[in-house]
Amino acid sequence: MRVRRTLVAAARGLALAVAAEAGSVVLLVLVLLSLALLVIGVGVLTTPVVLTWARRHADLRRVWAHALSGVRIPAGYRPFPPGLRRGPAGQWRRCAVMLRDPATWRELLWLVVDLSVGLALALLPATLVVYGAGFVLLPVVQGLTGAGGELLGVGSLTVDHPLLLLVAPVLGAGMLWLAWRGNPALLRAHFRLAAVFLAPPQAELADRVARLTETRADAVDASAAELRRIERDLHDGAQARLVAMGMDLGVVAALIEKDPARAKELVGRARESSAEALAELRDLVRGIHPPVLAERGLGDAVRALALRMAVPVEVTVELPRRLTAPVESAAYFAVGELLTNAAKHSGADRIAVDLRHVDGRLRVTVRDDGRGGAAVRPAGAGGGAEGSGLRGVARRLGTFDGVLTVDSPAGGPTSVTMEIPCA
Amino acid sequence: MRVVLAEDLFLLRDGLVRMLEAFDFEVVAAVASGPELSRALAELEPDVAVVDVRLPPSFTDEGLQCALRARAARPGLPVLVLSQHVEQLYARELLADGSGGVGYLLKDRVFDAEQFVEAVRRVASGGTAMDPQVIAQLLSRRAGDRPMAGLTPREVEVMELVAQGRSNAAIAARLVITERAVAKHTSNIFGKLALPPSDDDNRRVLAVLAYLDRG
Repeated sequence: MRVRRTLVAAARGLALAVAAEAGSVVLLVLVLLSLALLVIGVGVLTTPVVLTWARRHADLRRVWAHALSGVRIPAGYRPFPPGLRRGPAGQWRRCAVMLRDPATWRELLWLVVDLSVGLALALLPATLVVYGAGFVLLPVVQGLTGAGGELLGVGSLTVDHPLLLLVAPVLGAGMLWLAWRGNPALLRAHFRLAAVFLAPPQAELADRVARLTETRADAVDASAAELRRIERDLHDGAQARLVAMGMDLGVVAALIEKDPARAKELVGRARESSAEALAELRDLVRGIHPPVLAERGLGDAVRALALRMAVPVEVTVELPRRLTAPVESAAYFAVGELLTNAAKHSGADRIAVDLRHVDGRLRVTVRDDGRGGAAVRPAGAGGGAEGSGLRGVARRLGTFDGVLTVDSPAGGPTSVTMEIPCA
Repeated sequence: MRVVLAEDLFLLRDGLVRMLEAFDFEVVAAVASGPELSRALAELEPDVAVVDVRLPPSFTDEGLQCALRARAARPGLPVLVLSQHVEQLYARELLADGSGGVGYLLKDRVFDAEQFVEAVRRVASGGTAMDPQVIAQLLSRRAGDRPMAGLTPREVEVMELVAQGRSNAAIAARLVITERAVAKHTSNIFGKLALPPSDDDNRRVLAVLAYLDRG
């Protein structure tokens, strides 16, 4: 089967050389042209477009690398900030984000390398097979037709020096042996070369790991604190009431014949205790996982939440289906925090919440017509309860790779946008 | 009076059956899931249904959805919905068709058997029974806010009890005023909420809706 692998690698390399390199040439030209056009401004509109094509081109190579040679090339582009608008303004910001991304420049370099070394590596397997076979067969072909060297690019060399005809099959056999031994490896080398430029460097991966470690620690801390709170609430609340109830009922059992009036009073008290225990459990449950969220999903849960706010809240929901439970829960509590924040600090008369599914992400926007000036304050920077509330929300969203952006000029209005991936 | 009961927890279902039977209700079906409830409501034509919001197999608001569907098929079918938690959202959905005969109570309310049975009877006869908690939620969010539709504090008190579904007599007893005074307050309230004249029961339901909507 080794022969087959050799031939398959040669064919794939050839196909790669023809199809992919054509794309690389065109894109390299287009990107350079578009970058040049930046000088006169038009490039701002075209650059994001051609760079996006280049990314798709690179993505295709990533797919092939894995499918043909098992080489994984991770992608690591910087995400766009949420809420980018269409039109020139949005395009300008897209352009800025892409040009600041080192991955863009590495990709450009890759296009150049892909056209030289990459092309050579892709063509080599087929070359070895074709020329190897050609040299092996040269004596036969030349014997039958009197020529043949021209086809292999050696001209009339073997006609002028017939002794070389003895060397040709040896050379051809050597090339075939190389192809037999190394064709799949050559193809892999092509993709490894691409990986050098297309994979995010170790440093970025280290950043990512650091961020994951941090958000995981946050998540663990938060859930531990939550469990402690629940334990305390149960211990001081419902549990204590049930104990009191049990005691009252014990006394009732003793008194029921001797002092029915007192027994009746105690039964009443036990009933009160059970009602209070139920009320406390209900509040606790609402804090852990709101029943409406379990029953109806995020949209209606936020509507129910809005109905409980003192400030009128308008809710629009465009979610095609239920999200996963962790995302629903995280989004629900984040919206709750943002609504409380807006109602408490902004002095708004009116709040609007918008929930929608955009490109595999849940996007939640909370707008208010209050006085503005809200910001996510870094830890220890002061800035009052509002900033730290937003920081808490941002941290908790971090666990889900969610991002929070705040647009809140002094004087308002304020718009807080959260995006959580939920493919 | 013929009752269909839907509650998935055996202990509660059993307790409710016993309580209702003790008060001379005939429990024609006591079911434990949404599909069973839908079938019972369609086939048995009960005088009133007592339904838990959350039912298997989905354990979402299946009971409520079954009740709403049954009421769409048979408008005015009296339904009393029980839940571990009350939401204005659900209260609105139940009241939305404006035809009355709905109740929405916390499960805790079954502790007081007489009041609970009174609520079941009220719903069966086309009235409403809203949990005080639903009303309390409304009031707490209105705290410090402008008074609703220009109601006086006394009228707000009366409105609260109307919203719970109390009769004029019950309201009079609770607030220690005469029934005539209550009737005067309610007609003032209906006027301020701009409700069209119609029979009193229907107006009371509309008043509750208006009350919820202004929240």
